[in-house]
Amino acid sequence: MTDVVVEDLRRVFRVPVREAGLGAAVRSLYRREHREVRAVEGLSFRIAPGEVVGFLGPNGAGKTTTLKMLAGLLHPSDGSARVLGHEPWRRERDFLSRITLVMGNRNQLQWDLPVVDSFEMNRAIFRIPRPEFEAARDELVDLLEIGDLVTKPVRNLSLGERMKAEIVGALLHRPQVMFLDEPTIGLDVTMQKRIRTFLGEYNRRSGASVMLTSHYMADVLALCERVIVIHHGRILYDGALSGLADRVAASKTITVRLPDGRVELSGYGHVLARDGGRVTIEVPRTDASRVAARLLNEHEVSDLTIEDPPLEDVIERVFSDGDAAAAEAATAPVPPGPTG
Amino acid sequence: MSATTSAVGPSGSAPSAIRGMLDFYATVARAGVQEQFQYRAANYLYMVGMVVEPVIYLVVWSTVAAANGGELRGFTAGDFAAYYIVWTLVRNMNIVFTPFGWEHRIREGQLSGMLLRPVHPIHYDLAYFAGWKVVAITLWIPIAVVLSLVFRPTLSPTLPQVLAFLLAIWGAYVIRTMLLFVLGMVTLWTTRVTALFELYFTAELLLSGRLVPLDLLPTWAQRVADVLPFRWTFGFPIETLVADLSSAELVAGLGMQVLWSAIGWGLAMWIWRRGIRRYAAVGN
Repeated sequence: MTDVVVEDLRRVFRVPVREAGLGAAVRSLYRREHREVRAVEGLSFRIAPGEVVGFLGPNGAGKTTTLKMLAGLLHPSDGSARVLGHEPWRRERDFLSRITLVMGNRNQLQWDLPVVDSFEMNRAIFRIPRPEFEAARDELVDLLEIGDLVTKPVRNLSLGERMKAEIVGALLHRPQVMFLDEPTIGLDVTMQKRIRTFLGEYNRRSGASVMLTSHYMADVLALCERVIVIHHGRILYDGALSGLADRVAASKTITVRLPDGRVELSGYGHVLARDGGRVTIEVPRTDASRVAARLLNEHEVSDLTIEDPPLEDVIERVFSDGDAAAAEAATAPVPPGPTG
Repeated sequence: MSATTSAVGPSGSAPSAIRGMLDFYATVARAGVQEQFQYRAANYLYMVGMVVEPVIYLVVWSTVAAANGGELRGFTAGDFAAYYIVWTLVRNMNIVFTPFGWEHRIREGQLSGMLLRPVHPIHYDLAYFAGWKVVAITLWIPIAVVLSLVFRPTLSPTLPQVLAFLLAIWGAYVIRTMLLFVLGMVTLWTTRVTALFELYFTAELLLSGRLVPLDLLPTWAQRVADVLPFRWTFGFPIETLVADLSSAELVAGLGMQVLWSAIGWGLAMWIWRRGIRRYAAVGN
């Protein structure tokens, strides 16, 4: 059984374009020009029940457009998607009652009402039986520790408080699939941590599948075992988070702690940092084990760790490789067209 | 799929569709009442400002009637007073989600939020503004008393007229919600729709009975008004209370309201299905 099945999903936006200046403005009166923006270009993937998938990509990669199609907000231009067996854009009651989409910085609660009244409205909207609603509300309020906030009007909450209330409101109907679009954006580090801990806990308790976009790699590291990396609307990588570095990072870092901080280690690799007896060296990925063994044999090492480069660096490398591939495709010789 | 949905399992069954919808309407209307009572001062000022419009019409037409020997086509000053005081309540019942608000609704992502709910947004609008009416009527009563003391309306409705009026003001509310929902949806195709809205509101002003009682219009204009929806949202509800309509005319008028409600609903659903396919939701 699969919660999300996406096959060759595409979305093209047709946007008006006009050059600057009065002349162009006048010309646009009788001849409007448009260009096509291919936001999503043939995505295919599946998400199993209970899976937490990080959906990564730079701004404009097509992440939010994809989530909106999967949540039923947008019709695709081509391809197919099924979420919990439904075509999302039909927005059938059964579908909408089993999914949620949380968008960071977007308010879906009643601005002027106390939080608890917004929750009550969600009860009526999703037709949640009252005992079930009260149990869910109390459990979620407790998990996110917002008991003292629920009587305040939404407009009086800070961004972090409001985000927590938003998340509770979005989960009251116990969705089986959660689309989270930058749920921690704009929040301080403590609040980010609180929310990602909660999301992990909710996923474990409920078995809901989660598709998460975030520019904060800490969110991804804490929650996702699998990531889908997209760029220019195409998938660059779909697999285990741990495998991402294996695939694209050419190096690893070895950090050693030595009693004598003056030892010269440049012969082992590129020394990235030195802090007293703690030295960090970058070595070719394939040489990492051999270099580590040499260090242990040749020096009095009190501690040694081998790590992949930071995820941010890995992701950046994926994107730059994607850009290079796109540029290569764009400059490839065009096959001769039909003649006659 | 049989995934465990929570540490707390389901302990009740979902309500039936009708009960669920009634509960939705009651809950959203209650929220409307709560929100609007929070802004009671703003609402009151808005309402006082709104009274200026009918008072101007009332003074103008009363003056014309006085200059015409005390009445104009059967309307005395007391009749005009009754017409425009009832007007103030009908105008309040006519306030629905403005088509001008659709651009904001789209730009701020509110429409996306509505699309994620398993209830059509038109139900939300109907329920929310119905709640607002409770606030509006409460605030309207003292204004109506003051206007009555000042302008001395001639008003002696029968019980069937009162009953018809109570139905007609809600009929007017439903029709206008549908029509302005349809109008607002034009924003899904193009964002600069102010001129179209203004055109609509001008036609409504002239042919609804808002600017002038329809009986004072030329006969051809009355015939045009009969086949358009505007009259059934404004002039007809007022006439149920102030004019000398027979029971058959009252029933026929209410029937026209049902007809226009059905047409408005059908139109709203038809355009919605097409418009929402165009909804780009970019950045929202």
